[in-house]
Amino acid sequence: MSFYLLRRVLQMIPTLFGVILLVFLLFSWVGGDPAYVLAGKFSNPDDIANIRRQLGVDQPLLVQLGIFIRQVLTFDFGNSWATQEPVSHIFATRLGPSLALMVPMLILETLLGVTLALAVAYVRDSWIDRLLTLTTTTAMSISLLVYIIVGQYVFAYLLGWFPVQGWATGGEGWVRFAVLPVLLGLAVSLAPAIRLYRTFVLDEIQQDYVRTARAKGVSEWRVMLVHVLRNASIPIVTNVLASLPALLIGAFLLERFFSIPGIGREVILAVERSDFPVIKSVTVSVAVATMVFNLLADLAYQWVDPRVQLS
Amino acid sequence: MSAVTVPANTAPPQGLWQIALRRLARNPAGVAAAGVVAAFLVLILATAFAGLAAQWDDQVAASFAPPGWLPADPADVAAPAQPSLAVPAATEATAPIEMYGVVDPLAAQLALAQQHGAQTAEAPRNAWLLLGADKWGRSVAQKTLKGAQTSVLVGLAAALVATLIGTLLGALAGYCGGWVDAVIDWLYGVFTAVPYLLLVFAIAAVLQQKGVVTIVLILGLTGWTGVYRLIRAEYLKHKVREYVQAARAIGASHARRMFVHILPNVSHVVLVQLSQQVVSFIKAEVILSFLGFGVPVDVVSWGSMLNETPNELILGKWWQLAAAGLAMALLVTAFAMLTDALRDALDPRLK
Repeated sequence: MSFYLLRRVLQMIPTLFGVILLVFLLFSWVGGDPAYVLAGKFSNPDDIANIRRQLGVDQPLLVQLGIFIRQVLTFDFGNSWATQEPVSHIFATRLGPSLALMVPMLILETLLGVTLALAVAYVRDSWIDRLLTLTTTTAMSISLLVYIIVGQYVFAYLLGWFPVQGWATGGEGWVRFAVLPVLLGLAVSLAPAIRLYRTFVLDEIQQDYVRTARAKGVSEWRVMLVHVLRNASIPIVTNVLASLPALLIGAFLLERFFSIPGIGREVILAVERSDFPVIKSVTVSVAVATMVFNLLADLAYQWVDPRVQLS
Repeated sequence: MSAVTVPANTAPPQGLWQIALRRLARNPAGVAAAGVVAAFLVLILATAFAGLAAQWDDQVAASFAPPGWLPADPADVAAPAQPSLAVPAATEATAPIEMYGVVDPLAAQLALAQQHGAQTAEAPRNAWLLLGADKWGRSVAQKTLKGAQTSVLVGLAAALVATLIGTLLGALAGYCGGWVDAVIDWLYGVFTAVPYLLLVFAIAAVLQQKGVVTIVLILGLTGWTGVYRLIRAEYLKHKVREYVQAARAIGASHARRMFVHILPNVSHVVLVQLSQQVVSFIKAEVILSFLGFGVPVDVVSWGSMLNETPNELILGKWWQLAAAGLAMALLVTAFAMLTDALRDALDPRLK
């Protein structure tokens, strides 16, 4: 087990190096000279040379790559070019709102998705099942932009049940500002979740052990909630863990529409302002998180299903 | 079963594609979806080559002219807000402005524009259009058609690029194995470690020039990973099959075995992947253009149309949102259903 862990962590190193190389090439080679952007509209060669020296872009590319690797390892990406705010501070302050939005969304999506999937799989091929399939297909065909635009207009502007945009810290602020974005996010993500989880449950419900359980007189509730759910939870847990890194970038469209100061909105702002340090740091951090959560997903897989051998 | 048994039915042997086409024709949902997709493609070809919706950028109607089948809004009838572009003569400054010796670089163009504006009388604008008009009086129906052209062509082209890269890398990795496989798998790990849209944003931030080709490249160069994984698995499976060994025995080269012998046998996987990619790239293009990282301002796409709609909704002008949203929903549903039908027809084991 510890050997397995060690090997997996060692395997992350080349991938992480690849991500660093990709981001570096993208921003240093394709991206052009940042000094002209930073110097502003009225600049002189002295200023530009000065900025280039400060950023280290007057060094050879290999030295610059070394600087970037050091930044990644010490998690010190310098300051934002647009606001001069330290990138680490941006992370620390924007992560909270993103998580306050995404964690409830993920929990509700999983609970509702699994419950509904169990229910429709139990009555599979009935009119309820067909109706739900039709509903989810229709729901998935509409662009998520339309959900957010119409939802914000109807529930916040027209009916006035929620504020149109904004954010506040604390529980009261969360109730006020986060409920509508969370509900809209749920409306978008629930339909695909139900469809996916329904296939997971259907795979199990046709197995022999279900018939055996019924034959020995186990109640239907116990069959569904203990026998089927436990086995279906293997792919479900994997799926939930795989979607965790997305928490880091948050639901950037929701954050943008509702002016929520999270990581996703920060990324969009950074792209608009060509704020390279912010984009670089977010990209590398999310890549690291993805690799860690993939490892966790494999470990959880074995924990849920002891037959799985990690080698 | 003897190898020389003549089959009882003497119908000519059929290829995979013929059988698949027949299976597809028996699937009513698949036929309907194919019909909708074909109708979209005809409309798109007509906009691209036959000049349909060529006037999408012209101000043909009053600002926010409603769809014709709607009862007229009493507020609009009472005060027909018709913004006039002509500058009233009274307010125009007659005395030349003191410029302190600075030469106005735009003076020549301004004079030309004023002269042009004075000469050409503004064409009468329609009070209503079939699907209404946007803020500048452009026809929503024409914008939706032209936007379909942009969104679908970007989706198709990006899907072609991504499927080509994915198939080529997957074939190389799966067939060659060894260090080639290790290197390409490393590349795959790198590209999948970064969430897709984040990678797209990073590239959009770096590439300063906007344009349709740029979006196609961004989406195509980042979206190959799914195709690669499937094609690599197929090649791993196929390269040890007997027909490939037979090809080797008669002296077929590696490239010939990879692309002449194996590729036709995995081409159904490629086709289904291509179809799936088109849908996801259309969606991605709409989000990119909505955020303003996609098409330039002189090109219309469904994403840039949706971008205008939040402000319109507050004024109660919902028709542009409805047109773009419905057109996109229809195409995406039809394409997704066609993909499912294609998969069922080409690979009946996957049920």
